[in-house]
Amino acid sequence: MTAQPFEVKPYPEMWESLDMDVPRFEKSRQMLGEVYTNMYLSQTNRPAKMQYFDDMVSEIFGGRIQEMLEVKKTGKPIVGTFCVYIPEEVVVAAGGVCVGLCGGSQGSVPDAEKILPRNICPMVKSAYGFKAGRICPYFQTVDFVYGETTCDAKKKTWEILDRLVPTHVMEIPQMKNKRDKTLWLEEVHDFKAKVEDVCGEEITTEKLAQAIRVINNKRKALQRLTALRAHNPAPISGKDALLLEQIAFYDEPVRFAEKVNELCDELEERVKNDDGVADKSAPRVMVSGTPMALPNWKVHNLIETAGAVVVNEESCIGTRYFKDLIDENKSTMDEQLSVLTDRYMQIDCSCFTPNDDRVDQVLKEYRDSNAQGILHYSLQFCHTYNIEEIKIREACEKEGIPYLSIESDYSPEDVGQLQTRIEAFLEQIRE
Amino acid sequence: MRVGIDLGSRTIKVATLVDGVLQDFRVEESGFEPHRQALEMVGSYKPGKITATGYGRHLAHKHFAQDVITEIKAHALGARHYYPDCMTILDVGGQDCKVIVLNQSGKVANFQMNDKCAAGTGRFLEIMAASLGYTIKEFGEAAMTSHQDVVINSMCTVFAESEVISMKNSGIKPADIARAVHLSVTSRLVGMLNRIGYKEKVVFSGGVANNPCIVKMLEERLQIPVFIPETPDIVGALGAAIHAGKNENDTLS
Ligand code: SF4
Ligand code: SF4
Repeated sequence: MTAQPFEVKPYPEMWESLDMDVPRFEKSRQMLGEVYTNMYLSQTNRPAKMQYFDDMVSEIFGGRIQEMLEVKKTGKPIVGTFCVYIPEEVVVAAGGVCVGLCGGSQGSVPDAEKILPRNICPMVKSAYGFKAGRICPYFQTVDFVYGETTCDAKKKTWEILDRLVPTHVMEIPQMKNKRDKTLWLEEVHDFKAKVEDVCGEEITTEKLAQAIRVINNKRKALQRLTALRAHNPAPISGKDALLLEQIAFYDEPVRFAEKVNELCDELEERVKNDDGVADKSAPRVMVSGTPMALPNWKVHNLIETAGAVVVNEESCIGTRYFKDLIDENKSTMDEQLSVLTDRYMQIDCSCFTPNDDRVDQVLKEYRDSNAQGILHYSLQFCHTYNIEEIKIREACEKEGIPYLSIESDYSPEDVGQLQTRIEAFLEQIRE
Repeated sequence: MRVGIDLGSRTIKVATLVDGVLQDFRVEESGFEPHRQALEMVGSYKPGKITATGYGRHLAHKHFAQDVITEIKAHALGARHYYPDCMTILDVGGQDCKVIVLNQSGKVANFQMNDKCAAGTGRFLEIMAASLGYTIKEFGEAAMTSHQDVVINSMCTVFAESEVISMKNSGIKPADIARAVHLSVTSRLVGMLNRIGYKEKVVFSGGVANNPCIVKMLEERLQIPVFIPETPDIVGALGAAIHAGKNENDTLS
């Protein structure tokens, strides 16, 4: 019996109806299938419950889009976001879908560079390029996108992106003082009003309470996964875990949480039996820094190909997305939005100053995950993470934690250099 | 016999070790099929164990080498072989440069690499020498005769080259330009050393360590002596040879 080769499923008619550049997109589809086969399906001893997530990748440009289009037909909002500061609970409360549109692919960067400066973050370029080139079905499906005022690259790109798709901007303060919360809370109220406006329905306290529970459950499932990864030998590869953290941004949240929990049940068994994806002696690396948007698997792949295992991602596509929950016991809208804002204010993104909580958080996650070294990852031209790296490095030096900092983009040209640096880092850990 | 082979981007180096003593070594420009060439280079020895390092290490591992280590670790081992109290290694090859800081026991504590950009590498010197019509040897010698402080501002090789050409056209003496080029490479290297926080003793390896002008300028800028191994180009290959067979408790001589 030969297994069906993996394929990202094509939906040319649907793509056509979404006004996509179908011939070009067809190539990206095939490429994604190949890359996924090479990087993911070649792994050994993968948990059986990864099947669902493989299917999610297979249906990434089809099945999941269809589901969203169904929701859209009912008049509910489909909102695209680029940052974990946009409160998805509000969208879910309205019966809508919130989808992360961060770009993690080199393929769309040239589209962006036709208009945007080259020396800005590749995530911003990739995302913009997806829209400009009409090569992302999610971008083509959303009613509007909600940007935010975090880094300069993003906030200025919104003005340009708005020409292609309605782009609203939520003002995220730069500090975390009392008056900043006041501003933020007002912005959350405005966001809610905007979402209500699109669906023509009021978001009630019951609906919001329900949505808070749904998203809390999603975050809890990911917390559970993270805790299981602390075991040595690691029950799941870093690549697979990263994939889950990426899928969290586009899957239906209730089903996703269920599937992550099913996977965690399997991992619990593995932990009991000391059944791991890597040897007990494999170096355990924690990755910290800027988010790795789908399909950016470059660094994880290099680390794990070199025989180590990634055990934690301190990143927005990682723990920063799910470490904090919202208090579920509030009954008035004002209280709910206030605790919601409190939760969002706990996210420790480097766009804030000061942001020393992040340094403590990195050290905490390092200990909790039983890692043996920290690899700081910063996207090229991401000034805030690149500068904050100094503090992370100093903290690691002080604690005697093996540390490597890399700055990279999505192009394959630095893979050889990164491989050498990562292998040298692993030699340091092994000795 | 232990054999180390360093498959760099421009040259292949082989070093052999018997009873902990360097016995022989070779350096060749690398051709189109580096792993074949490498295999031929080791062919004349009767190796017990081979460790590969450098850019092509995995290719060599796939074809013949038993083991691989990175050039970082290889240089750490190689430099300590010559200078057991070495704490910092500056390696400047044809196409990359790196700084490695060791701890007391000789393990790698920290490192930095530059192989994305030609500035601060042998390549940079070669290109500038060529644009002034010097061989690389004459270039260093000429620089040593100058005492003028002319400055090259561009870090980028392409811009620096046109800067050199316009200096030449404006009548600045070639020797003074040569000195400026050497100073620019030196500042780059000193910058890397400072950023990583180097410690004495500093060992300087790689092809560029054969350039007495760079060595002199480095010592002047750092205000400390810089130590050059007898065979600066093969420190990586030697380190690989030291590592070869280390993983087993073999009785190899
Ligand atoms: S890194 Fe900062 S700006 Fe980027 S998604 Fe995370 S919170 Fe938002
Ligand atoms: S990685 Fe940095 S530069 Fe890029 S979008 Fe996020 S905060 Fe902005």
